[in-house]
Amino acid sequence: MTRRSPLSALAALAVFAFLYAPLAVIIVYSFNAARYGVAWQGFTVDWYLRLLDNDPAIAAAINTIELACTSTFFSVLLGSVLGYGMSRYEFPFKRLFHHVLHVPVFIPDIVMAVALLLFFAVLRKWLAGFELGMTTMVLAHITFQIPFVAIVVRARMADCDPQLEEAAADLGAGPWLTFRHVTFPLMVPGIVAGGLLAFTLSLDDFVVSFFTSGPGSTTLPILIYSSVKRGLTPDINALASLIVLVSALTVVTVAWLRGRTEVKN
Amino acid sequence: MAEPTASAGQTAFKRRRRIRRTVHFGEPLPPGAHTFRAAWLCGPALAWVTVFLLVPLLFVIALSFAQRGDDGEVVWRFTWENYSRLAGNGALGFDAVQPLILGRSLGVGLATATLCLLAGLPVAFFIAGLPRRWKTVAVTLVVIPFWTNLLVRTYAWQILLAPEGWLAQTLATAGWLPPGTALYPGWPAVMLAMVCDYLPFMVLPLYASVEKVDWSLTEAAEDLGASPLRAFWHAVLPQIRPGMIAGGILVFLPATGQFVIPDLLGGAKVALLGNAVQQQFGASRDWPFGSAIAVAALVVMLFSLWLHTRVTKGRREVALP
Repeated sequence: MTRRSPLSALAALAVFAFLYAPLAVIIVYSFNAARYGVAWQGFTVDWYLRLLDNDPAIAAAINTIELACTSTFFSVLLGSVLGYGMSRYEFPFKRLFHHVLHVPVFIPDIVMAVALLLFFAVLRKWLAGFELGMTTMVLAHITFQIPFVAIVVRARMADCDPQLEEAAADLGAGPWLTFRHVTFPLMVPGIVAGGLLAFTLSLDDFVVSFFTSGPGSTTLPILIYSSVKRGLTPDINALASLIVLVSALTVVTVAWLRGRTEVKN
Repeated sequence: MAEPTASAGQTAFKRRRRIRRTVHFGEPLPPGAHTFRAAWLCGPALAWVTVFLLVPLLFVIALSFAQRGDDGEVVWRFTWENYSRLAGNGALGFDAVQPLILGRSLGVGLATATLCLLAGLPVAFFIAGLPRRWKTVAVTLVVIPFWTNLLVRTYAWQILLAPEGWLAQTLATAGWLPPGTALYPGWPAVMLAMVCDYLPFMVLPLYASVEKVDWSLTEAAEDLGASPLRAFWHAVLPQIRPGMIAGGILVFLPATGQFVIPDLLGGAKVALLGNAVQQQFGASRDWPFGSAIAVAALVVMLFSLWLHTRVTKGRREVALP
C-alpha cells in the first residue's frame, strides 16, 4: 500500500513542470519569428529550413555521429570483455581495479578534460604530426565510456548463473561452443544497454570534447556552446529542439522495447 | 502488504556470493591459469584506462608542483607555491579569492543536493503511488530530461530568465523587479539550472527506494499513536535512506565540479572549481596553478566517495545512470 495525498501530487506535478520548462521553452522559441531577443513575433518554421543550408551545423552533426559510433565500437569491445572478466575471475588487486574503474565515472569532467589535454600536449612534443582532432577525441571518449560498459555488462553477468556455462561444458561443449551458444547470448542485453549508454554519453559530452578537439572536429555540443557564448540565435533553438526530439524518441523507444521484452518473459 | 522485494534482494545477494567462489566452467583452474585468463580479458581495457586516465592524472599532479614561466610556459622547478596560493596566500598577503572558490563549490554542491532531495521526495512518492502502467510513463518522463544534452537544458534558462521573458515581466508587473532586468547572470539562475539539471539523478534512486518501502510499519506506528509526521520520520525515512544517500552523492559530485552552468548563467562572481580550472588552462595560461585546482577537485571527489563508502558500510547502493 502506498499513500497518496493531493498535496504531494500537486507538488510532484509542479516539479515535473519545472523539469520540462527548459525543454518546452526551446521548442516554443524555435518557432519564433524574431531574429534577436526573446520577444514573441509570430510563428515560423524558417529556422528549421535554414538548418539545411547551415554547413557548419551539418558538419558538426556528422562529426558528432562519427565520433560516437567509432568510440562506442571500441569501448563496447574493450568494456564488455572487461565486464565479463571481472564477473567471472578472481585476480590480484581486483578490488583496486574495481575502484580505478569508478574514477572515470565520478571524476569531474573538467579535471578529466585538462588531464587529457596535458597528456596530448606531452605526446605532441614526442610524436611528430600528432595533432588535436578527431583521433584525440575518440581516444578521450573511449576512456570515459569503457567503465560504463564494463559496469553494466558485469552487473548483467552477475545475475546469470555460471552453472549454465558449466552445464554446457559438462555436456561436452568446448570453450568456443559454450561461449557462442551460452555465454554470449546471456551477455547481449548487457552489451546493448552498455553500448546505448556509451553512445549517449559520447553524443552529450561537451567538456571533454571541448578540450581535446582541434580545428575541423567541432561537434554539435561545441557548436551550440560557441553560438550561445556569442549570443543566442534562433537557428540554434531549432537545432537544440531536434536534439531534444531525438533524445525523447530514443528514451521512449528503449522504454517501449524493455516493456515488450518484460511482457514476453 | 509487505512487498517481497526485500527477500528477493537477499537471495540475489547470496547468489552473487556463490558466483565469486565458483570454479570456472566446472574445471578446477589452478590460480595461475585463473590470473592468466583474467589478464587476457581485463588487461586491455584496464591498460587503456591506466594509460589514458591514470597517467594523465599523474601528469596533472606532477604539474601542480611546477612553476609558470613569464610567457605562460611550464618551468619544471619544484614549488609548493600553487597550493599555497590555493590556500589564500596571494602576492599581497591574504587573498580570499581561491579559498572562496573552493568553499563556494562545496556549498553549491551541498545546496543542490539538498534542494534536489526536497523537490525529489514528492515526485518519488507520487510515482510510487501510481498504477503500474502509469509508473512506466512517469519514470520515462523523468528519464527524458536525464538523457537530453545538459548544455541545451542549461542555455534554455537564458531564454526563461531573459529581461523580456515572461518570468521577469511578471515579476516586474508585480513590482518586485525593476522592468527590463535580466534574472541572470547570478546565483538564483545558477541554482535553478543546477536543481533542474540534476533532479533526475536524485529522483531515480529515490524512487527505487520508495518502491521497496514496507508500509505496514507506518500503519503499525500510527496504530501505536504516532502522528503521520512522526510515523513518516521514524518508519518511512530510515527505509528510503539508501536512495537518499545514493541520490545525494550522484548530485553532489557532478554539481561541485560543474563548469557549464556557472559559465553560462553565473558570471564572474559565481565561478566554481571547474571555471577556475578552465580559466587557468585557457585565458590565464597558468597550467601549473590550474593543475593544483584540478587536484583539489580530485581530492574533493575522492573524499566524498570515501565518506560514501563509510556511510553505506561498503554496500554499494549507488544506482549508476
